Amino acid sequence: MSIEANAKPPLLEIKGVKTYYGNIIALKGVDLSVAEGEIVTLIGANGAGKSTLMMTIFGSPRAREGQILYDGRNISKLATHEIARLGIAQSPEGRRIFPRMSVYENLQMGASLNKFAHFTEDLERVYVLFPRLKDRATQRGGTLSGGEQQMLAIARAIMSRPRLLMLDEPSLGLAPLIALQIFDVIRDLNKREGLTVLLVEQNAFGALKLADRGYVMVNGLITMSGTGKELLARPEVQAAYLEGGH
Amino acid sequence: MSVTTKPERASGQPDIAEALKQAVWAALAAIALSIPILLFRAGANINNMLVVTARPVLVAGLVAAIFVARFLIVIWQSGRTTRTKSAGFAISPQTAFRLKGLLVVLLIAYPFIMYGLTGPLGSLKWINNYGIQILIYVMLGWGLNIVVGLAGLLDLGYVAFYAVGAYSYALLSTKFGLSFWICLPLAGLLASLWGMILGFPVLRLRGDYLAIVTLAFGEIIRMILINWTAFSNGYAGISSIPHVSFFGLPFEDDDSHPTFASFFHLHYKPIQQTIFLYFLILGLSLLTYFVTMRIRRLPIGRAWEALREDEIACRSLGINTTITKLTAFSLGAMFAGFAGSFFAVRQGFVSPDSFTFIESATILAIVVLGGLGSQIGVAFAAALMIGGTEILRELGFLKYVFGPQFDPVQYRMLIFGAGMVVMMIFRPRGLVSTRTPSIFLNEARTISSANVKEGHG
Repeated sequence: MSIEANAKPPLLEIKGVKTYYGNIIALKGVDLSVAEGEIVTLIGANGAGKSTLMMTIFGSPRAREGQILYDGRNISKLATHEIARLGIAQSPEGRRIFPRMSVYENLQMGASLNKFAHFTEDLERVYVLFPRLKDRATQRGGTLSGGEQQMLAIARAIMSRPRLLMLDEPSLGLAPLIALQIFDVIRDLNKREGLTVLLVEQNAFGALKLADRGYVMVNGLITMSGTGKELLARPEVQAAYLEGGH
Repeated sequence: MSVTTKPERASGQPDIAEALKQAVWAALAAIALSIPILLFRAGANINNMLVVTARPVLVAGLVAAIFVARFLIVIWQSGRTTRTKSAGFAISPQTAFRLKGLLVVLLIAYPFIMYGLTGPLGSLKWINNYGIQILIYVMLGWGLNIVVGLAGLLDLGYVAFYAVGAYSYALLSTKFGLSFWICLPLAGLLASLWGMILGFPVLRLRGDYLAIVTLAFGEIIRMILINWTAFSNGYAGISSIPHVSFFGLPFEDDDSHPTFASFFHLHYKPIQQTIFLYFLILGLSLLTYFVTMRIRRLPIGRAWEALREDEIACRSLGINTTITKLTAFSLGAMFAGFAGSFFAVRQGFVSPDSFTFIESATILAIVVLGGLGSQIGVAFAAALMIGGTEILRELGFLKYVFGPQFDPVQYRMLIFGAGMVVMMIFRPRGLVSTRTPSIFLNEARTISSANVKEGHG
């Protein structure tokens, strides 16, 4: 029961992507699409290949087979920094902020891609979204709390004014309330600025409630897809990801 | 930070005036005391007659030293009080800027002070062994700091680029008769080219693996210099390398053609060349300093620091890590090349013995001791490491304690080893471990624009 893509071609389209780590196959032919202005979430258990897909879109590791089309162009052969320059930003797994640089410098690194063209403006925008970062601007990234680091990672990613924002487990290790705040910001960015979001999550309940559409990944393959509400209602999804916690 | 710096500046402003006042009083007291005690020296000549010699230079030097010392102490103390006020940075950027200015002035005055205090023969040691020698290592430390401290690429073969610079000048001047001023940029260029040649194969390596490859690279260069005798004359090295000239005017005692001494109507003294070499290396070091500080504020400089922190995050932010690494390698190598050609022109002789692994290790130790990424810390560490070695030569009195066979220089490495262990226990991040942020926030910017209005900018 796949959702038919709209008349407009999707912003990101993944066709039959296979990724290997050495001889081990991690993605066994993944198909996925994200239309402009959508929030799409990818849920799945540990080791399903969610983060691998995220990194494959960014060209490290490369897809050995299949196509990754961004805005109609195959980007599967490009270097990571070239992909980033096309307007894709990510907040990677484990946040990967620069720990010994200040919050402000971290944000500057995010803006270096578009040569600081709208730096002051974007800084204000980010500070409105995450007022905590403004208070911590001179502090080193590594001294922030987990939630603040996650905010910084997202803020750094949107400093480049991307068209597509990819977030890898933004709620990982955060208190439920902070995770909710992060999800609120993602919704806000999507509604107000029309930012397209691809969200990888283990927190299936929160992610599916937030997303327009979702995909379920098991062992390197997409096994289910549908709107967020549909997936939340599916007994398989409830059994595998929602029982117990919610 | 802004909230705490503003009151500091209000009280920090009269600090300089206060320090000057106190320094003047201290200097006056020194003059008053030293006229009866130091100015005249009573001695006996060969006929056992009383001879009184006046020593105005000694008194002047002492008074100057007391003036400077008092000034620095007052400033330092005001810096300490601000530290207790704000938990952030120890010294406000303004005081730091003034201190740096004062340090440069002192460094410029240094050879003349030494000349005045110890005369043409005695000052040679102070200017050459301490001044020039330390400054070479300051420059090398700053150059390596770009690669190791900023970009985070552990380079154990840095001396290879120093060797490339030295041999560039040695060969170009002896084989093609090119002057030092042409060879200096060429040496930098060649060294940075070799930096890139090393950079390409090691792009994918990090940490220990990178360190081993750079170590091997340093040895390869040395082995080539030893074994390719047709090119580099092997172990024997290259001798009679032309000496430095004052932009074309040679330092010679010869009236047949214009020389430095005749042009400026001075009497020829060998020390003139040494002093010129001192200023040359001082200029080159300051060039390294300013270029590095400038670049740190540019996107590429911040990209280096980000690369040191997290390479994957860098790439996903659209930074081309290949170019970033290569620029770090080649820029660091370029400064080593400059230093190398200076080394060659100063020694007049180069051989592979000068470019062994222990040199790389010394430079790296300077960078680590000084605090990775800290410019001032590296300079202090160089003074300590290199000056320390020289001071060991002075400790002749230890012979009376440990017997005539005792040579303190032999224990150099032991002392440094112990020193380094102590350092790593008490200051594990180096002498100067605070990293000055390369960019200040909006608040700091308004401070600096206010200064511009006052005419300080």
